[in-house]
Amino acid sequence: MEPTFDLTLIWAGIIGFGIMMYVLMDGFDLGQGILYPFAPDEQARDKMMNSVAPVWDGNETWLVLGGAGLLAAFPLVYSVFLPALYIGVFLMLAGLIFRGVAFEFRFKAKTSKYLWSYSFSIGSFIASFAQGAVVGAYIQGFETEGFAYSGGPLDWLTPFTVLTGFGLVIGYALLGSTWLIMKTDGAVQQWAYKITPKLLIALLIVFGVVSFYTPYVDSTAMVRWFEGISIIWALPVLVLFCAYVVFRSVKKQQDGMPFVATMGIFLFSYLGLLVSKWPYIVPPNFTIYDAASSYNSQLFLLLGFLFVIPIVLAYTSWTYWVFRGKVGDAGYH
Amino acid sequence: MELDPLVLSRIQFAFVVCFHAIFPVFTIGLASTIAGFETLYFKTENPIWQRLSKFWIQVFAVVFGIGVVSGIVMSFQFGTNWSNFSYATANFLGPVLSYEVITAFFLEAAFLGVLLFGREKVPQGVHLFAAIMVATGTFISSFWILSANSLLQTPDGLELIDGIYHVKSWADALFTASFGYRFTHMALASFLTAALVVAGVSAWFILQKRELEANKKALSVALWFLLFLAPLQTVVGDFHGLNTMKHQPTKVAAMEGNWETSTGVPLLLFAIPDKEAQTNHFELKIPKLASFILTHDWDGEVPGLKAVPKEEQPPVFVVFWSFRVMVGLGLLMVLFGVWGLFYRKGGKIYTSPVFLQGLRLMSISPFFAVLAGWIVTEAGRAPWLIYGQMTHAEGLTPSLTGGMALFSLIGYVVVYALVFSAGIYYLLKVFKGGLEKANAPHEMDEVERPARPFSAGHVAIDGDL
Repeated sequence: MEPTFDLTLIWAGIIGFGIMMYVLMDGFDLGQGILYPFAPDEQARDKMMNSVAPVWDGNETWLVLGGAGLLAAFPLVYSVFLPALYIGVFLMLAGLIFRGVAFEFRFKAKTSKYLWSYSFSIGSFIASFAQGAVVGAYIQGFETEGFAYSGGPLDWLTPFTVLTGFGLVIGYALLGSTWLIMKTDGAVQQWAYKITPKLLIALLIVFGVVSFYTPYVDSTAMVRWFEGISIIWALPVLVLFCAYVVFRSVKKQQDGMPFVATMGIFLFSYLGLLVSKWPYIVPPNFTIYDAASSYNSQLFLLLGFLFVIPIVLAYTSWTYWVFRGKVGDAGYH
Repeated sequence: MELDPLVLSRIQFAFVVCFHAIFPVFTIGLASTIAGFETLYFKTENPIWQRLSKFWIQVFAVVFGIGVVSGIVMSFQFGTNWSNFSYATANFLGPVLSYEVITAFFLEAAFLGVLLFGREKVPQGVHLFAAIMVATGTFISSFWILSANSLLQTPDGLELIDGIYHVKSWADALFTASFGYRFTHMALASFLTAALVVAGVSAWFILQKRELEANKKALSVALWFLLFLAPLQTVVGDFHGLNTMKHQPTKVAAMEGNWETSTGVPLLLFAIPDKEAQTNHFELKIPKLASFILTHDWDGEVPGLKAVPKEEQPPVFVVFWSFRVMVGLGLLMVLFGVWGLFYRKGGKIYTSPVFLQGLRLMSISPFFAVLAGWIVTEAGRAPWLIYGQMTHAEGLTPSLTGGMALFSLIGYVVVYALVFSAGIYYLLKVFKGGLEKANAPHEMDEVERPARPFSAGHVAIDGDL
């Protein structure tokens, strides 16, 4: 059958969208776990948990959907990334499972509450760091032989990926703190106002280092960014603009704007990352077309996705709508 | 000692999948049980059915929650440890596994919430509909998983081009020769699991004289199911075995411990199969029975292990004994079904402590039977990952070292041990809380949500009830 649509491109769009959804949505609730040890008191911690309780695991839907979608649409990504990031993937899954179960049992616990709280915090930190390291490893590229990963077990762990790992931890913490500004009031909100600028400065420093580092790690990016000034330079400008909006809105003590602008920082950085790499999905050797599965298989699954994604989106928005507004003092529990 | 990534990966896969499998096998049957209770309540308006349903919905929620969590690891493990296999089969396996995920999410989004939390908020008919849809959804989910597994057992509908499988016919690939038998066998196993757990827990409540009226009804229904399903399962199992003999003769040879292809083969009640020596020790046998069971002819021919070279033989000891554990437990279930029928007269099923205690113990038997069955079919396929086409060794991730595999194996064991002992501990608390706790008014939990099935549980994990 002669392909009538560029299904590979459509799938790249779907997976790219899924990852963005995941990062934004799971980001702010992983952020609660990262900020957890630094919260002023136990009451604040309860409030933090309550602010994400209704939504946190719906957020992880996107991760599982993305993982399964990758195997179906871009099997090469699945079969190179997972072996290459073997230990990182294990840490991420262990962290996510641990944190998820701890989250639920914390609500059921009386005397053992602190134990679940710390499991939640440690799991969140490990999962976030591992995800950040994955981003770094993607920028670095993968050593392959034929269509299989041929590097060592710890190739993914370099100073660069440690940096991106901490970068994402800080980024998620920022999403978390601006989420708190939007969802809480009183002491917790004041605390969030106080830490947000510090987190933002830390994030901008890491971003700066990563941005200058990237062209050295990856020559494609070097060419793309420095061979003439193109429209893509708008992206870092937009990132800086969003950062400015975060600063200004925190200073003005606005409620919703810091979170929205932080999402902007993530979105434009993500797009910046994608244009650096496009069309390579398993850098440095394979493009999205090299990594794609057969037309027939992509089509078979697309029908299901087109049916389910709107339902998941509708359901997700409905949940956020139901739990809109500030978290009360009594909390949900 | 050299660490072998192949052996460690197989142990890890077996560990994770065994741990995972016990949850869905229970939820599939339990979802139908709940739909049944809800239907009875809808028809008779007898509140007892509602009390039962409310309790078992809580159990369902917790088991479903744990099952989803342990399933996440499965979907990544194909890539981390079996990347060559994943890459080669992605054209088929990717969409099929994705459809399973999609089914689960759709189910969660649309109907699980109504079932778990919507009783007071929607009309009774809608609630019943949701219960039936959740039950249907669990079957659709298992359709995809069993279809994927069946393809590995009896491959069909695929075309191998340059080391990559392409789907030639989706219909052939989804409905391979062993699929129908496997699906029926598994569906019955799920129903039996639910019947035995409901029977065992009800028996335990009856022994404690708690909620007698409702638990007696539940026990009675469960025993009827057991009476009919357990014998039916042995018949279906027999047909499944015949299908296996046709397509995977070596597996059947291992199940029977039969080394030489021959006629009039005895059924071995006991033996120590020795793959090294290519023979059995300490045989205890019934003449010609294996031939009769497998060919329905006392002198029929049964395939032998030696028909293939030693390195293509499965681990005979494991397959042989797992098969006996499965069949033995299955026969025990038949026995309890018949026992229950005789004890109905005079209501002895509700009063005999021996019978009730026996049922209590039997409530864990289906889990062992299901695991033993899966070990038979999976270990019996070895050394093939895709039967006759790709071995486990060929499917392994090339860059995987023994050290990495050992690290993740230990890691998963630790995480699962921590997380699932907490989950099962909580489940036992829900059992202890019983129908009384499930039906007591509780403070409305504002963040009760379908994607968080645990929030349907209303007992504390620690402290007193």
